[in-house]
Amino acid sequence: MRRRPVAAFFFLRPRLTLALLLGPPLLWLGVAYLGSLAALVVQSFFHLDDYTGRVMRRLTLATYGELLSRANLDIVVRTVTMAAAVTVATACLAFPLALYMARYASARGKAFLTVAVLLPLWSSYLVRVYAWKLILAKEGVVSWFVEQAHLTWLLDRLLAVPGLGGPSLSVSSIGTFLAFVYVWLPYMILPVQAALERVPPSLVEASADLGARPLQTFRRVTLPLSLPGVAAGSIFTFSLTLGDFIIPGALGNSSLFIGQAVLAHQGTAGNIPLAAAFTVVPMLIMAVYLIAAKRCGAFDAL
Amino acid sequence: MKFQGVSRRFGEVRAVDDVSLEIRDGEFFSMLGPSGSGKTTCLRLIAGFDRPTSGRIELHGRPADRLPPYERDVNTVFQDYALFPHMSVADNVAYGLRIGRVPGPERIRRVAEMLDLVRLPDVGARRPAQLSGGQRQRVALARALVNRPRVLLLDEPLGALDLKLRQQMQIELKGIQERLGITFVYVTHDQEEALAMSDRLAVFRQGRIDQVGTPAEVYESPATPFVADFVGISNILEGAAARAIAGDPSPFSIRPEKIRILDPRETPPEDSCFAPGTIREVVYLGSQTRYLVEAEAGTTLTVVEQNREAVAIDAQAARGRRVLLAWPRARNRPLGRQGSGE
Repeated sequence: MRRRPVAAFFFLRPRLTLALLLGPPLLWLGVAYLGSLAALVVQSFFHLDDYTGRVMRRLTLATYGELLSRANLDIVVRTVTMAAAVTVATACLAFPLALYMARYASARGKAFLTVAVLLPLWSSYLVRVYAWKLILAKEGVVSWFVEQAHLTWLLDRLLAVPGLGGPSLSVSSIGTFLAFVYVWLPYMILPVQAALERVPPSLVEASADLGARPLQTFRRVTLPLSLPGVAAGSIFTFSLTLGDFIIPGALGNSSLFIGQAVLAHQGTAGNIPLAAAFTVVPMLIMAVYLIAAKRCGAFDAL
Repeated sequence: MKFQGVSRRFGEVRAVDDVSLEIRDGEFFSMLGPSGSGKTTCLRLIAGFDRPTSGRIELHGRPADRLPPYERDVNTVFQDYALFPHMSVADNVAYGLRIGRVPGPERIRRVAEMLDLVRLPDVGARRPAQLSGGQRQRVALARALVNRPRVLLLDEPLGALDLKLRQQMQIELKGIQERLGITFVYVTHDQEEALAMSDRLAVFRQGRIDQVGTPAEVYESPATPFVADFVGISNILEGAAARAIAGDPSPFSIRPEKIRILDPRETPPEDSCFAPGTIREVVYLGSQTRYLVEAEAGTTLTVVEQNREAVAIDAQAARGRRVLLAWPRARNRPLGRQGSGE
């Protein structure tokens, strides 16, 4: 038998092998990620001296006080509302497709649909966002269709709703919402599909066998068992929406989202502490969201 | 329960091919066959998970081939048990009652009754994942029986259990069936299980039924070479070997335990078939020993003997010994053509 000295060396030293394997990722996560996260949280407890324009390196809650001002709270509420709406919409759109892919599609059909879901991710995110700007513009494809359908009055009425509307779809909250739903949809479809694929078909048959009609089976068996997938998908859509600054900039009315506020404060305004405090908000919201999801039993089937 | 010329094709494959069958009320009926022989497909047709390509299925005298599973008075114990992992054991058992809107107090009473029946009174609050394989099997049984179906379908329910547990569950299942008096349709590939439990059984081969009968009929008078071979071990003799031993070239089977091993100088009893030969292989099985004997007639016969007095060393020493095999001529079972149906 051929001797393999390297393999033998590591075989006899499992701890060293483990350290060599885990070292680089732990360093990366520990130093680069957790370290910068800690720096960020510390920054949020500093304060910008309005008079000198310099960051005071003393721990204070003043920045969080500033975060709770009317204008800043508006930004937080607007962003969270949008993230929640986008999450619900993507879940509703993703579920039927994911169910079809997991349970009914042939092997080829599934491969085709998977590629179709992933294909948009191959092109630049910016290109797709700006494509939506063209689609939703005043002279764009959507308005043309609406006009052909003689529904311009309906669109106008929709755009007249305060908070939702604007001069055209491309500069309204509706436009922001549509673009968000579009770009994050794949991140919901794939985890939901993965969760549905783990539900054995025999469970659905057992439910029918015990007298449940298809809708009852869906409510009592399929949906509860796929909730971990929905929870995973919603973590993506929710947190990605919370942090995004490009879509509301390109397609929104001029009211700010958290991501834009962070960008503005740490860039031009130089108010790093307030930018950091804004960044802490999505983290807290996600923590609360995960705890709530766990309480509701979303992970019970894991 | 009636099948009339039922076929189910998947593309070119005929999973079930023109099967006609009648299962009587209250009987323990087994569908026995190797994997891929169509027995599970037949069960799925009865449950309504699948629909026949052609033919008619009747349940309790009513045509059933268009009924969805949730409208059939039939419940199933699945091979993988199919317990709902996100519900407690009690909720699993209560599922059918909840769907059927059975009021709370009665539901609780019936669930407790069922868990008693399967001898698991204390596990109601647990999750299926916290139970052993045998316990899950009982919960699956309770979940199906609590709905008081007229027919219970069981798809290889004991396949995943170890031998001891399986033998114990065979006795329990049979006892429950006799106590409740409902029809059991039992799919298995284990011929011993089918013989031990059934009132009647059907032997499946390639989507068709080779034989239907009581365990004694199927074992003692197999209708085809396949049945003779699949149910128990058989020596199948035909052609020149059959002529040399029985005086007639038409095929017949003889069970290994009917054959006696004699000293070559002995004279076989009246009305015996006999064949001189040499012991080539000895397989010691504890309670029995199996011998492979190369007969001079040009065939190899399997013989099984109880180890009443012999011990392992005696059995092993028999290898290479010249012997005379003999068995009563009346034990020969003439065989029909392969796959000629019932």
